Amino acid sequence: MIGSPDVVAFTKEDEYSQTNPDAWALPEEFSIPLHPLANTNPWAKTSYAKFTKDFILISEFSEQVGPQPLLTIPDDPKVCGTFDLNYFSLRIMSVDYQASFVGHPPGSGYPRLSFVEDSRVVLGDSKEGAFAYVHHLTLYDLEARGFVRPFCMAYVSADERKIMLQFQELSLRFSQASECLKAGNRRAFAKELQRKLRDLEYTHSVLEREEGLQKEAGPQCMYSPHAVEKANELANVEKSIYEHRDLLRQINSYHCHPRRDPHAVTCQKCMTECLSECEKLLDKYAKLANPFSYTVQMGKVEEQERQINVEGGQEGVEDMEDEGIGRRPSYTPQLIKAKSAKCFDKRLKTLRELCDESFYEATVELLKETERSFRGDLCYLYTRRLDKTLRRRQRVTNFLFEEELGVDDEDEGGILRPFCAVNHAADSYTLLDPPAIVLRPEPLELDSLQPPDPLDPASETSHIQSELEQGHLESSPSDHTLETQESSEETKGSFSSDKSGMGPAEKPQSLASVRPEPPDPDCDLTPDPDHNADLERESSSEETTAGEDEGGDQTPVSLLEVVSELEASRDDDCERISDGVCEMESDLLVPLDTACCMSQEGFLYEVSAPEAGSHPGQPSESLVVNQEPQAFLPLQDDYAVGSPCSESPVAGLELPMGLFGDGVSRTSVEDGSDCTMSASTGSERAASPLGYGGLVTLRHRKKAGQGALRFVRQYPFAIQALWCLLSGRTLVVLGSDEGRVRRLVAALALFVPSPGKCGERVQPWLSCPFTLTDLQRWKLIGLQRVASPVGSSMLYSLSRYSRYISILDADQKTLRCPPYRGKLLANIADHRTYIRRGSTYFLNLQSTLCRLAARAFLFTFTHHLHLPVSSTEGPEVVEGRRRCFLQEQLGLDEEDSQILLYLSQLITQQYLQAATGSSAAAPCFSFTYTTSVLYKI
Amino acid sequence: MFRWILGGREAQSSVEKSPVLCIGEEQPKNWFTELQVLKGHFDIVRFLVQIDDFRCASAGDDGLILVWNIETGERLQELRGHSQQITAMTTFSCSDGLVSHPSLISASSDRSVSLWDPDTGNRVQTISDLQSSVKCLLVLERLCLWVSGGEELCLWNRDFQLQCQKQSHSDTGITALIELPKNCMAAAMDKEIIAPDSSLTVAELRCLSDHQDQVRALINVSDGLFASGSHAGELILWDAIDWNILAYEHILWEESQSPAQAEIRLGAPKPSEMSIQQLSTNGKLILAAVGSGLYVYSVLTKTVVAYRKVAHDSNVLHTMLLSDSEVMSCSEDGSVRMWEIQDLPLPPVSQDSGPPKKIMDVPNIRTLELTGDLIGHSGAVQMFVSFKENGLVTCSADHLLILWKNGERQSHRRSLALFKKLEENGGL
Repeated sequence: MIGSPDVVAFTKEDEYSQTNPDAWALPEEFSIPLHPLANTNPWAKTSYAKFTKDFILISEFSEQVGPQPLLTIPDDPKVCGTFDLNYFSLRIMSVDYQASFVGHPPGSGYPRLSFVEDSRVVLGDSKEGAFAYVHHLTLYDLEARGFVRPFCMAYVSADERKIMLQFQELSLRFSQASECLKAGNRRAFAKELQRKLRDLEYTHSVLEREEGLQKEAGPQCMYSPHAVEKANELANVEKSIYEHRDLLRQINSYHCHPRRDPHAVTCQKCMTECLSECEKLLDKYAKLANPFSYTVQMGKVEEQERQINVEGGQEGVEDMEDEGIGRRPSYTPQLIKAKSAKCFDKRLKTLRELCDESFYEATVELLKETERSFRGDLCYLYTRRLDKTLRRRQRVTNFLFEEELGVDDEDEGGILRPFCAVNHAADSYTLLDPPAIVLRPEPLELDSLQPPDPLDPASETSHIQSELEQGHLESSPSDHTLETQESSEETKGSFSSDKSGMGPAEKPQSLASVRPEPPDPDCDLTPDPDHNADLERESSSEETTAGEDEGGDQTPVSLLEVVSELEASRDDDCERISDGVCEMESDLLVPLDTACCMSQEGFLYEVSAPEAGSHPGQPSESLVVNQEPQAFLPLQDDYAVGSPCSESPVAGLELPMGLFGDGVSRTSVEDGSDCTMSASTGSERAASPLGYGGLVTLRHRKKAGQGALRFVRQYPFAIQALWCLLSGRTLVVLGSDEGRVRRLVAALALFVPSPGKCGERVQPWLSCPFTLTDLQRWKLIGLQRVASPVGSSMLYSLSRYSRYISILDADQKTLRCPPYRGKLLANIADHRTYIRRGSTYFLNLQSTLCRLAARAFLFTFTHHLHLPVSSTEGPEVVEGRRRCFLQEQLGLDEEDSQILLYLSQLITQQYLQAATGSSAAAPCFSFTYTTSVLYKI
Repeated sequence: MFRWILGGREAQSSVEKSPVLCIGEEQPKNWFTELQVLKGHFDIVRFLVQIDDFRCASAGDDGLILVWNIETGERLQELRGHSQQITAMTTFSCSDGLVSHPSLISASSDRSVSLWDPDTGNRVQTISDLQSSVKCLLVLERLCLWVSGGEELCLWNRDFQLQCQKQSHSDTGITALIELPKNCMAAAMDKEIIAPDSSLTVAELRCLSDHQDQVRALINVSDGLFASGSHAGELILWDAIDWNILAYEHILWEESQSPAQAEIRLGAPKPSEMSIQQLSTNGKLILAAVGSGLYVYSVLTKTVVAYRKVAHDSNVLHTMLLSDSEVMSCSEDGSVRMWEIQDLPLPPVSQDSGPPKKIMDVPNIRTLELTGDLIGHSGAVQMFVSFKENGLVTCSADHLLILWKNGERQSHRRSLALFKKLEENGGL
């Protein structure tokens, strides 16, 4: 039973109830509760939800089965756990407040497409412990009732505040996704209309020819019941053609429609593209309609035959002779029966089919991105936002230790750029994490390449034609209404027969305006698998048989290309290839559809998983002896909110991923093993992806955090090694085992200031002697120890350049480097540290490095520390002042100062280079002449 | 957990073991704490010529001449034209009237000589039909003439017109040329030094054949003095006006009466070990690169004041007297070393009574102490040019040039640039 949904009132806190007077006050999450409750788990309020973390749910109100879930993001049944998606779909679909009206407005002859604005609602289900931001949208489907298919996307979370406080951003991001879907849908809809129109016109021509034959046969046949029926059919087809043409015009006029929705900003490029395509289509059908109207007036058989050729071959009258030679059209129009609706309404289109393939993919990417960016609880989101804001202000020093800030981070400030999820080839800006879809390079110069059609006479006549249409159609509006209603009745009928007599006896005409009746969940929401399979089989067979018909529909080509394909003459070979492709794709589509349907057994399988499997799910951790107590807390899953959706059962205390953390799973082996403080790091593990030219992401860095922690705990001279790296002295990791050296390098790469976007300053594995240039280029080198002539020359280069480098011998566990006695790094290089987790260590490290960078920034940009204040001052005075600043104000001794000086040098160089662009000069390489010392374990 | 402090010990032990000094890593007097590697050549770089205060040209076996800005390390010009290795290069600045415009003259094995404008990179003049390749070049600035020496001696004017030519009679040809007062010059030719005057018209050439072996080096010491060094280790100081021998020093290492230099296990020195490769001077001192050793000769006292028999692991290729006490040398071993001529430390009188006697024995002997070395090249360092406090450029057989700089100075320069840029940008 559903009562009225408890829609949560959306009020901004500062507007109404509690005003936030103290801007500096800590968020509630940070403050320590005065009276700790019995349940001290701060995440307790979310613990009774049946899902483990937030997810995005896409549902639709199907006219056949009612509300049904289509897709969750992340697409992993574990995420939702025992949460009843079907029930929740029902809830969220029932709060559709889109002011939509579809159908026939009084006084208008045609079915009207209504351009519905999206609606946004926050909904709470206190019983389920679920709260959702619900975004409703309407897509167009020629075969759907009233041409509309209501959909909604919901961000489901157990934390109400998270949704309320993130409402603006949620709304923004979902609007983007919605716009993307809708843009794709309009394209697909126009394409659909095009095909339908072609079918209709073909049917029309066939009917006309039959009528003509009857006329020739004589007056006695003219009034036979058969002939009358045919005439009615012809009239119906004509009306239908007008209707569809009008629909095409309507969808074309979409962009002229004023948008009330402030978030609804569409990509200008998409818009113009779509517009031009639609116009082209309009032109085309106005043009095709000419011979049709001509034949209506003249009624000559020859003309009809010509028209058939025109429609079939797309080649114009001149190509009539060619047709016999075997030039076949790419698309064979089909004869549409009078009761045509039946054969089309067997199966409703999936969301993927409703939208252009590329747009669908882009939307899913966008939603995935959204899901990723909202991972973690509110306090984490706040912290990350703060972090980002701060980092944006510190552009000068970010290059030292932070990863690149993405371009799209700008959006989070609330400034909405015209955003398009579909990657345009000629886009000026590039998304950092672009949806993996690139539209096929679109033939922009198509207009010029098109065969010179006789456009001018066509357009002239089209005007006349449209006027004719207007006059003609307005005379009999009621007939059309009747017919559409009839066809929708047919739709329902055909399905109810399929579905063993279930479903509401009478569905309201407009789904959006009327609240749906509660359908019986047993049979309505969960279609039994057999039936599902039947449907699939049916649809797939339909697709394969109608392969030619589907040509160009499944393939993610833009509408523009379809047009060009249709207009261009094609060979049979090409056609066969494209048919093959589309068949393959339709095959591929089938399993995806089933995945969307969220069949029941998938959830049954998962029922016990989250409760029972939270701990046994991590086998490696149970093996670990040296386990810190908090790892056994039962609520570990809640800590893991931010970890990628992942195949890994539990990510432990992993802190949430950053924006760039991709969804690739971290194995729990990694997590578990870093708790052990073993003396040997010899276990084979996948070498880090460092140095393969890929972008060094936050994920890599966090993973390296474990390695770094292990290094720090294992080697007592770690502090010296870290100092070498931070003070710009190249560190050579020498070893015979490639895996070990690579691991060490990956771990130590964290400490290389300004490592470059792809870790250019780090060479993970080198097996030839290095030169001075290499030392200049790389600050951290993994070097192979070989016992051969090559090895001796390598050792020679090692000893020759020993003054510039520090050598960490991974085999003998020694370090040769200048002595370091400072205290600055004691914090991050304490081998008796209590930190056990790599990610914790990484955060500790990040904060220390950040502090260093801030100091270096201050040092670099303080004028009097570098330059004389007055002309009487000599360089010694400045030098003394600098030393005084470093030692007394920052409390750094000689060696610690070197770190700061090096960082400062990097900042200076970066600043100067950024100002002058890339300089042609070779980079500088600074060094000092100090004695090295050999450290051993 | 052990901590071995090996650095210092290593340095000490190596001093004891080998006659070659190893200074170790602690070099407080070495102020070259920053370097830039300049790439561009494809073969051994042999010649470096300073054009002005901030420019320098390099040339080598690849026939390329590159002009560098040594302040920034940028490559300013690439002078292409020679098809074979460069054999000699010099600057040519002939001041006609007001403007003195430095140009470069280069000679190559392809038997051509070219005049370049280092500002534009244009080849201004070229002669390509020489009978033999030119081995040395001498510019007579006062006369706006220049001389090329090879198998023949040619005098050219600034427009590259041949003024006169003199055939040499030796197989080796002329290997060195210096200008002498009174429009004279001296040319080293095998074992002889010939002294034609600058018109080359005087029929008789004075021929000074006092050297036992091939003359390797020829150098102007001061207005009235020039010096020559031979393959056999003879150093002769000449009067430039009346061509008399002022001093004759035969460098033989056996005479090194140094029990301090413990090991003389070597037998008779091979000629290559006493060959004077190169001479440099500052007017008071003459620095001779003898084999792998260094030899400082005082013009005033006409004696050797300091020497180091094995200063490098291999032959010394180029030397320079930076000041009265500072010496720099580069060698085939790939290093550049900086030396200081120090007075012998006053012997601790308390320990033994020997030292006074020694000082008596070896009067005026001072030591050549290593103060620093520059390691960077992986091949023989062919030559270096010092730009005083602005830095040092070295060129090497490893195709690279390295620009050595004072790190603190550079850091100051960068700070200046930073705050200038900051001001231009109006803040961060």
